[in-house]
Amino acid sequence: MAATCRFSIFRHDAAADEAPRFQQYEVPYTEGLTVLGGLIHIQQRLDGSLAFRYSCRAGVCGSCAMHINGRYRLACETQVADCKLDVAVRPLGHLPIVRDLVVDMGRFWKHYQHIKPYLIPGTPPPAAGEYVQTPDDRARLDVIIDCILCASCYGACTTTAADPEFLGPAALAKANRFLVDSRDAATEERLELVSGDHGVWRCHQIFSCQQVCPKSINPPGSIADLRRAAIRHRLRRRAHPE
Amino acid sequence: MQYTEVLVVGAGLAGLRAAIGVNERNHKALVLSKVHPLRSHSIAAQGGVNAALGNHHRGVTDTPLKHAFDTVKGSDYLADQDAAILMCEEAPKRIYELERWGCPFSRTVDGKIAQRPFGGAGFPRTAYAVDRTGHVMLHTLYEQAVRFEEYSERQEMGFLDEWLVTRLVVDAGVCCGVVAVNLLTGEVEGITAEAVIFGTGGSGRMYAQSTNALINSAHGMAVAYWAGVPLKDMEFIQFHPTTLWGTNILMTEGCRGEGGFLTNSEGKRFLADYPDSQKAMEVAPRDITARNMTREILAGRGVKGKYLNLDLRHLGADKINARLPGIREIAMSFAGVDPIVDPIPVIPAQHYTMGGISTNIHCETEVKGFYAAGEAACVSVHGGNRLGGNSLLDTVVFGAIAGWKAADFVDGKAAMKQGMKAVEAAVEEERKVLDALRNAAGTEDPAAIRDELGQAMQEGVGIFRDKEKIQKALGTVLALKGRFQDVKATYRGRGMNPELTNNLELRANLDVAEVVVRGALGREESRGSHFRVDFPQRDDARFLQHTVARHVDGEGKISFSPVALGTWEPKERKY
Ligand SMILES: Cc1cc2nc3c(=O)[nH]c(=O)nc-3n(C[C@H](O)[C@H](O)[C@H](O)COP(=O)(O)OP(=O)(O)OC[C@H]3O[C@@H](n4cnc5c(N)ncnc54)[C@H](O)[C@@H]3O)c2cc1C
Ligand code: FES
Repeated sequence: MAATCRFSIFRHDAAADEAPRFQQYEVPYTEGLTVLGGLIHIQQRLDGSLAFRYSCRAGVCGSCAMHINGRYRLACETQVADCKLDVAVRPLGHLPIVRDLVVDMGRFWKHYQHIKPYLIPGTPPPAAGEYVQTPDDRARLDVIIDCILCASCYGACTTTAADPEFLGPAALAKANRFLVDSRDAATEERLELVSGDHGVWRCHQIFSCQQVCPKSINPPGSIADLRRAAIRHRLRRRAHPE
Repeated sequence: MQYTEVLVVGAGLAGLRAAIGVNERNHKALVLSKVHPLRSHSIAAQGGVNAALGNHHRGVTDTPLKHAFDTVKGSDYLADQDAAILMCEEAPKRIYELERWGCPFSRTVDGKIAQRPFGGAGFPRTAYAVDRTGHVMLHTLYEQAVRFEEYSERQEMGFLDEWLVTRLVVDAGVCCGVVAVNLLTGEVEGITAEAVIFGTGGSGRMYAQSTNALINSAHGMAVAYWAGVPLKDMEFIQFHPTTLWGTNILMTEGCRGEGGFLTNSEGKRFLADYPDSQKAMEVAPRDITARNMTREILAGRGVKGKYLNLDLRHLGADKINARLPGIREIAMSFAGVDPIVDPIPVIPAQHYTMGGISTNIHCETEVKGFYAAGEAACVSVHGGNRLGGNSLLDTVVFGAIAGWKAADFVDGKAAMKQGMKAVEAAVEEERKVLDALRNAAGTEDPAAIRDELGQAMQEGVGIFRDKEKIQKALGTVLALKGRFQDVKATYRGRGMNPELTNNLELRANLDVAEVVVRGALGREESRGSHFRVDFPQRDDARFLQHTVARHVDGEGKISFSPVALGTWEPKERKY
């Protein structure tokens, strides 16, 4: 008999159902089957109503973050074999559920927008060509620019659970990405944006975000950097009031 | 009913650059996409983007015209030469612009944008950000779009995420807007617009094996085609030489640009054995490399008879980690292979759609007020074979042009909101069509149709084609189209109905697949990626022409149109 694997999937239609439930499916197993592959099999062949997001199937677009066997991960990067052929899936945490594994990411994007996620250069662009950036300065952007905004960190964060307005690890890391960019000059403006009531000081440094990040980004490191910069910024302002 | 001045459908690189272009010319842009912008397929591009910047020490004498020549030669002379020249002249502007908007390109020692060698290029001219160039470019454009949105006073930039366009509304040759489904709620709505731009991406998923995102279903191309806009050169499908064995996830050409080898079961660099790749070896253009790899496997020299090896080991851990970390990560997660220690198993697979919605050099189509750009469009700059790094370039160059031209078109309009009535009527009709599909009580399983289509395309219009195989594929595609009429639906919900979305995309896929097959059948020559075993030579006398496909009475009708020549005489392509 061909090998099979089991999926236990969180199902919920916020508009229609009273309570969520878990539904079981059996899926034929072939070597290399990912959790996303299994979900697609279910959607296309067993249950046309199962809702979840996906796009690249290669761990680069950030669509498919979900809670798989006890941990937030990208479904497309998770091998069913590594789940011992027994897969339990829930949606991302701390965001309203639309249906099944689809959550409303509105709040996550709102926080992203809050930190002004775009380069704000201090000098007008060079007359010709590019801003010069040394390889060392460019190296400071390594890793941190790899963020795919999948929101695994947001789901894992204990502070977002308690405070929905908390900016969250991804947005804060994004703010730091611009702070460390040699071409950006909006340091003070961004520090103001991240040091409010729901900003860097809310983080309890529990490091769950770092543990789940599929791109090995270190949001707590960014948050610590932002805190230090915010303190320096405050001291400077106290020394030189406007 | 919603209204906007310019509607941009698609939020990949082409769509976002178009929307910014519309704003730059002081018009409102509404960007609609079936996935959040950052989930668009552009995010996956790895290797880089071409521009004659001359930043590499071996590239100081590079010029846009040399870039254009390489593009035309790479296209096997099917590209329109004026379009290729325009793209290559605009290239440095668009790349510097991205850099100034914050795009974190990798750097040379003197702090300039770094460039690497790519196939078919006379100089190292592919600007890159490690091996995640699409990721950083898309993030940068989205960031700018967010900036425009934030700074706007009267909603000059807006987004509709997770909306699917199912119909383009054209009235008396003028574009009036679209009908779209809000995927989260299932509502069907009309959007009236003075101009519409499609940046809806490629069609890879009609093949069973493709590097493309799973959402690349040719849907945008089909919607335009159904509305009477012709598709051009659709038989030219690029097969990328190096995709991961098993999943077909791309291993960028940058692997070879950085010095990687392709080897066979005997550990030999077999490209030396084929006259057309003897000299350029691993950095010959993609069509040539993919064919020679397939020949090698057919000759029984594939590893385990199945694949070839992409060997990076001699580059060393430092270079691999510095230049190709994303490749290493993908190879480890998806194939369990660490390229520092072992060669990567690769085979060629579908990668890029050279053809698309037929436009002129201004991104205009036959329908007034309807524009297309990026992979969805065919200007044409890629002709029979696209050079690596030219597609990202195409998206930003022609995305911007489409945005500017659409804005200018709105400026020139005497009366606004004229298309409302036509859109309203189209919404009524489309609701019926969608309801019927949602409630379809047929017997045909859509998953089976999709599988059979993918297989038929692999076999009939793959790397090596001949009349018999293509005809068989045509028979299959037509039969599948027939079977789709009796498709079965099981879920009746309106909001978040993945089955309905999948069926809509499958319907699109089938019609565009038919165009690919008919184009391949009609083109009795070999040019670029289109290789006919029964007509192995290029035949300029008969086929130095674009294929044009129109949707007539539910079927694809093929005709031809001239290629813009004028600067370079077509010659035999030698590398
Ligand atoms: C793995 C990979 C690597 C690549 N690497 C390179 C590279 O290094 N260099 C290079 O030059 N090229 C590369 N390419 C090619 C290049 O990435 C693509 O051609 C390019 O990104 C396409 O961009 P686009 O904006 O035209 O379309 P996409 O990025 O595909 O965007 C299409 C948009 O349209 C939307 N859409 C589609 N249909 C509808 C509809 N009906 N309704 C609403 N929205 C719709 C989608 O949601 C999406 O937002 C690569 C391609 C692949 C597959
Ligand atoms: S589908 Fe893109 S990250 Fe999983």
